[in-house]
Amino acid sequence: MKGIISYGAYIPYNRLQRKKIGEFFGKAAHRGEKAVAGYDEDSVSMGVEAALDCLHGTNSQEIDAVYFATTSAPYKEKGSVSTIAAALQLKENVRGIEATSSLRSGTSAMLAANEFEQTLVIASDCRTGAPTGQNEQWFGDGAASFLIGHGSEVIANIIDASSVQGEVVSEWRSQTDSFTQNWEERLGSTVFLKQVKEVVTPFLEKNNCTADAINKVIISGPGTRAHTQAASAVGFQKNQIQDPLFDSVGAAGNAHAPMMLVSALEEAKPGDKLLVVAFAEGLDVMLLEVTEAISRLAKRKGVQGYLTVKNDQTSYSDYLKWRNLLEIEPPRRPETDRPSAPALYRGYHQNLSFTGSKCRNCGTPQFPKQRICTQCQVKDEMDDYRFVGQSAKVMTYTLDHLAASPAPPMIVAVVDFDKGGRIICEVTDCHPKEIEIGMNVEMTFRRLYEAGGISNYFWKARPIRQKESV
Amino acid sequence: MSRKGISDKVAVIGMGCTRFAEHWDKSVDDLLVDAAYEAFADAGIEPADIEAAWLGTMISGYAGITLSGPLKTQFIPVTRVENMCATGSEAFRNACYAVASGAYDIVLAIGVEKLKDSGFSGLNSPKPPSDGTAPNFSAPASFSFLAPAYFEKYGLSAKQGREVLSRIAWKNHYNGSLNPKAQYRNEVPMEKISNSPMVAAPLGIMDCSGVADGAAAAIIVRTEDAHKYRKDPMYVKALSIAAGPGDGRLRQDFDFTSIKENVISSQAAYREAGIKDPRKEISMAEVHDCFTPTELVIYEDLGFSERGQGWKDVLNGVFELGGELPVNPDGGLKSFGHPIGASGLRMLYEMYLQFQGRAGKRQLDNPKIGLTHNLGGTPMQCVSFVSIVGKELS
Repeated sequence: MKGIISYGAYIPYNRLQRKKIGEFFGKAAHRGEKAVAGYDEDSVSMGVEAALDCLHGTNSQEIDAVYFATTSAPYKEKGSVSTIAAALQLKENVRGIEATSSLRSGTSAMLAANEFEQTLVIASDCRTGAPTGQNEQWFGDGAASFLIGHGSEVIANIIDASSVQGEVVSEWRSQTDSFTQNWEERLGSTVFLKQVKEVVTPFLEKNNCTADAINKVIISGPGTRAHTQAASAVGFQKNQIQDPLFDSVGAAGNAHAPMMLVSALEEAKPGDKLLVVAFAEGLDVMLLEVTEAISRLAKRKGVQGYLTVKNDQTSYSDYLKWRNLLEIEPPRRPETDRPSAPALYRGYHQNLSFTGSKCRNCGTPQFPKQRICTQCQVKDEMDDYRFVGQSAKVMTYTLDHLAASPAPPMIVAVVDFDKGGRIICEVTDCHPKEIEIGMNVEMTFRRLYEAGGISNYFWKARPIRQKESV
Repeated sequence: MSRKGISDKVAVIGMGCTRFAEHWDKSVDDLLVDAAYEAFADAGIEPADIEAAWLGTMISGYAGITLSGPLKTQFIPVTRVENMCATGSEAFRNACYAVASGAYDIVLAIGVEKLKDSGFSGLNSPKPPSDGTAPNFSAPASFSFLAPAYFEKYGLSAKQGREVLSRIAWKNHYNGSLNPKAQYRNEVPMEKISNSPMVAAPLGIMDCSGVADGAAAAIIVRTEDAHKYRKDPMYVKALSIAAGPGDGRLRQDFDFTSIKENVISSQAAYREAGIKDPRKEISMAEVHDCFTPTELVIYEDLGFSERGQGWKDVLNGVFELGGELPVNPDGGLKSFGHPIGASGLRMLYEMYLQFQGRAGKRQLDNPKIGLTHNLGGTPMQCVSFVSIVGKELS
């Protein structure tokens, strides 16, 4: 039987209070806040962060396949699995595919995992609702990741799963649409309700299970209310329904149900039964049973950890700028050149997995990779040395108001790693007033910029804040 | 025994320098012609007397033809050199060695830059294609790393540090106010400097050198020929340049309170010129004050101040016109302006004027030994140039 071995999540640091959107347009707003990707984040960078959280303490070289599920990939043509595999330093012959377009591609990817392999599933989404619309308020950004396999390390067995395809045009975005469109909400919720009734009860019966034996139902449907109606219709009480994270994250596309599942696992005890119901033109249904192994799972940030660390003062104007929804005066600096593809090609291993070199002669770690050692000048005596996950401190810094940045001032720091090595890089998710010499930072995977249609991914430093440290 | 060096082998017999300014009405060609012909006239020579030339420019033109075209030099060798902000010094250095070798008797070193045609503030240099992962921070940002690191190491509060940096800018503006060729010829109150808009915190706009267009030129001959041209030539005592391996980017022992290239290049120059105690023996210096904390660190790197004491010397006025060792008497990059390729030669121009007693209101009392220091790059990795020049033969 296959099951979940590990999980992880990522929620961007910036949160937009919905009332700020309402205030801007002079109309009513939903309550709560939504998580919004920073200008340097997208579905790939968030997915990598969630996977790093998931793989904390595991051997990424043992992973056989990686599925990246998203409706907001950076490219229509050109995959991102190779980017992700390099960033996570997965083995070279890892299989991988992108599960795109469907809002249940995250759960479908989990179902596609082979029992006798280790599969890394990453569900990540960063959708943009059209300004003034319901979707703008409702959508949020985030990612979840699961390591699926079998054996004694499984923390939740997938007892059974079922899928149904049920074509309906309820929520869609064409190749040329900038924003998601919706049919009248009643259509989607009615079809969803019908499908849940037809599928869930027989599914539970088949597994000799009833609604009251389920500890949490992770149910993701269209709109903000349909999931409660549908859950009630098949016999679930309100306290059994997993918090849909609407008030804290928003609807994170195909990552919505996976993020809720991470939340549920964070609270789950051995023996708990979890039911997942994810909707989009049909349903994916999964019954999970939590095992004793969950008590041995290493601590991680997860949904809980990332929820507590936030900047909830993000302005609506910043959000509009970061999403390119507002045409603004360009900075009075030369435009960013597109990166050189051959230079990118030569540097992928180094730059995506953040691997420098360490001198065999004197032991000095250095980034980027050097052929002649900076310390002892010995030639070609280097081993690869990865800096990801290492603690580091700010040695000195500047707030650059002149540099072109979507969120000026650009914070640039000289970062010294506690175990040796230095990098000069941008500091992200940090207020200019926060930065100081000696600040503890860690590296985070980001999309530096897009130029010439090319998304350039690399690492930045971010503050380690007390609440999120693991 | 160390290398022989160039001490007293060559001399400068003519110099020229345009005003450094936003020359909206002058082209690169105009600036080159103006600086070169001022130098020819000053040396009392004809343009055709020049046997070879070195042109320094970072971004305003390629190849020797950038000079031979506007000057209509008649097929003499012209070499274009580039060493970032030390470009002008590099042109001078190469010209000096060519004369010292005996290959030529009389040569021209000239530097030019036209920064104000780009449409952007500050310096924007073309970059080779790259993977684009290096953070694209500005020039002031890279030098502003020095300030918090220095303050932290020597226990200065942000307020104390601010006062020290402002005093450096204030001094350079005061000196520039006495200089008709400076870009900015006004005194600026300390308070205005301290409260200027942020560019790369903690540095404000008044911590930054002036972005200017300009050109400067020197005519160089061997020492034994110098008196054929004038009775008061300037003698070259030492030339030194150090290119760094990038310690600041890679090594934790680089602590941003010292730029090793400066230390190495100045020590080499002192050896060559026989200087044991720079603070006492040097009469005046023009140093690379691209940003205020750079000048602070330079004082210590060049041995003008003890480590950690430079800030006190600043507050005690040591480097002001009436002080023990005047630094940047012409206003420096801060006030005179910084057209990249011209700056190194502009520094030498001030030494030359001071030795000849032609420095007007900022004239120092009979200076004998001068130092110029010119830096190209960032604190993390740079080329650092130091020259020692003198009024008299040793």
